[in-house]
Amino acid sequence: MLTAGYALLFYAATALLLGGLAHKVRQYARAPVPLKIPIMPAPTTKSGVVWRMAREVALFESLFKSCKWTWLFGWMFHAALLLVVLRHLRYFTEPVWGWVVLLQPFGLYAGFAMLAGLGGLWLRRLAVERVRYITGPSDHLMLALLAGIAVTGFAMRYVARTDITALKAFVLGLIYFDWQPIPAEPLLLLHLGLVAALMIVFPFSKLLHAPGVFFSPARNQADDTRTRRHLASRLERAGR
Amino acid sequence: MADFEVPTLDEVPRVPRLVEGAMRHSRPFAAAPEHQEALGFPGQLVEDWHDKAIEKFGEILDRSRPLRVYMDACVKCGACTDKCHYFLGTGDPKNMPVARQDLLRKVYRRYFTPAGKWLPWLVGAEDLTEEVLDEWYSYFHQCSQCRRCSVYCPYGIDTAEFSMAAREIMDHIGKGQKYCNEILGKVHQIGNNLGLPAPALANTLEGLEEDIEEETGVKVRLPLDEAGAEVLLVTPSADFFAEPHVDGLIGYAKVFHQAGVSWTISSYASEAANFAMFIGSYEQMKKVAERIRKAALELGVKRIVVGECGHAWRVAYSFWDTLAGPFDFLDPNYPVPQHICEFTYDLIQRGELTLDKSANDHMTLTFHDSCNVARGSRMGDAPGGQFEIPRAIIKACCNNFVDMAADTIREATFCCGGGGGLLTDDLMELRVKGAQPRMQALKQVADAQGVTHMAAICAICKSQFAKVMPEYGFAMDAIVSVHQLVSNAIVLDGQKTT
Ligand code: SF4
Ligand code: SF4
Repeated sequence: MLTAGYALLFYAATALLLGGLAHKVRQYARAPVPLKIPIMPAPTTKSGVVWRMAREVALFESLFKSCKWTWLFGWMFHAALLLVVLRHLRYFTEPVWGWVVLLQPFGLYAGFAMLAGLGGLWLRRLAVERVRYITGPSDHLMLALLAGIAVTGFAMRYVARTDITALKAFVLGLIYFDWQPIPAEPLLLLHLGLVAALMIVFPFSKLLHAPGVFFSPARNQADDTRTRRHLASRLERAGR
Repeated sequence: MADFEVPTLDEVPRVPRLVEGAMRHSRPFAAAPEHQEALGFPGQLVEDWHDKAIEKFGEILDRSRPLRVYMDACVKCGACTDKCHYFLGTGDPKNMPVARQDLLRKVYRRYFTPAGKWLPWLVGAEDLTEEVLDEWYSYFHQCSQCRRCSVYCPYGIDTAEFSMAAREIMDHIGKGQKYCNEILGKVHQIGNNLGLPAPALANTLEGLEEDIEEETGVKVRLPLDEAGAEVLLVTPSADFFAEPHVDGLIGYAKVFHQAGVSWTISSYASEAANFAMFIGSYEQMKKVAERIRKAALELGVKRIVVGECGHAWRVAYSFWDTLAGPFDFLDPNYPVPQHICEFTYDLIQRGELTLDKSANDHMTLTFHDSCNVARGSRMGDAPGGQFEIPRAIIKACCNNFVDMAADTIREATFCCGGGGGLLTDDLMELRVKGAQPRMQALKQVADAQGVTHMAAICAICKSQFAKVMPEYGFAMDAIVSVHQLVSNAIVLDGQKTT
């Protein structure tokens, strides 16, 4: 019963996440870009743009220019999150890939960095008047969701250890449609429930900044209007 | 004149405390029915404005990737909150870029997203009410579309796109702004923002020719509608009469004269400005841009050079080719289009101008990067040329040059406070307060390094500064045109010595 419930929850969450994201990405990709609006100075070539985007996505270059504290907490959180997610790959493959094994200890430290980053961002939201003003309930909820996932994760390691072998069997069972019982431990159930919730809200929330950053004309356009004609829309392009 | 307090200039720039509603009362005059109708907009607020507004909103979302993406991507990180000059000058929280965006975003969420339809309280979604519309009119006319906020946003979210969209929606339900819409009507009807007809223009140019001859003894021409000229000069119409703009125009004429390049102004397209950008109307912007292409074709010119104007150069550099191109009938050996600064800089590089720097020795200069040139265009071959070239010209013409603080120039430059269609007397409080960050930076170099004058390459910046600088204790003629400096320094062949 419990196993079926969680299995269906994760199937549904995955479908919503992928379907929702696909819908959004298609919407962004299809919308015409009427004009060239890169923020200058901008690279004049495509490869220059790739480099600008890479710095933006990997290092948060603009945020660094803007506010060092937000950059510090934000970058720390995202980099740590990436490591933590990679660390969890060990539940998805058998045998576990070599580099995922190597990553395990780093992934654990990353968990602390992630919590620290979240804490810093949350504190800013409460303490800085300007940021408090623009913060809404959904912003707190998002932080709570992420913090909840991290805290329950840690609790399973340091407070009440989970049966990792059984968990892995459950996860692999989901992937190969050969359901195995989920360990009925409250912390694990909570952890997984929160993860599913995060997956579900992703395409309906500000988490869309993840695909969005790649579609931002201010950053992803080249400064080349004097050498290449930019056509306003797909319609106009089709007419030529 | 002021029934408001002029902000103070402090030693160290500071971020103000929030004062909710501090600028809620600020709103430009509404467009009269005839100004609206001349552009094809309803004369006054239409009966079913709510539905029409949502319909238009949906239409814009469907044809604009930037707006689509920017509506969703904001994470409320707050990085932009202290970057807008209007916020810094007024303390009104709704002048923080993200809060300004949210005025539109909350309606987007309510009508166009599942989360906003089902859980409006959670995601800050709101119905479009009369009050919201009123806030739009107020606060989307407190954004000069300078795009400083976008530089600092991790996703490049460009608040100018929000202001443009909001103004377009408002125009389409009959809630237009007088200043921009009246001016656009004049461009369509007469050819320039001022409504200056051809004979008056011819007169003005003749008068300038006489002035130059009287001063220098050299006959420098300012030709109008001369078919077969090499260059068509398209310049903001303020250059024809306003101070210090006109001194810049005299500078261009002297440069063309020395270069020996034939040139002309067109009475049909006697305006570089394109206020349609400010109201977010692609159709209007295209119409205005097409006048220039038509004039260039009719006059048979080989090159188009654009005078000192910020948003006009953005439209010319970034949009013309898309809106009115291709410009393949022009000589591809020169940049299409070319900025007057590029033209002059090229001559200086080649050693073809004799410049007497001492002519500007009574001034110590600094340079105000205009936002649309800095963040919306380029000059020269390499990124950042829009910063280097004007400075190189100033340094070639003056002995004394000092830059303002690094976080107030180049890509981080502060708007003059009057851009984006806000350069109107009915927004004077906003204009004065919005100039505070720039005035602060100027005061710093004035006090510490003895700067006496600030040069600019934008008609709006020049008009705005001439008006607001006195409020901050600077002389009204402390703002100068870059080509005014060139005009002072240039030594014409056969010029009488003084
Ligand atoms: S575009 Fe300029 S005026 Fe508008 S919100 Fe951004 S910083 Fe302020
Ligand atoms: S910097 Fe960008 S993402 Fe952050 S609050 Fe401002 S608009 Fe939103």
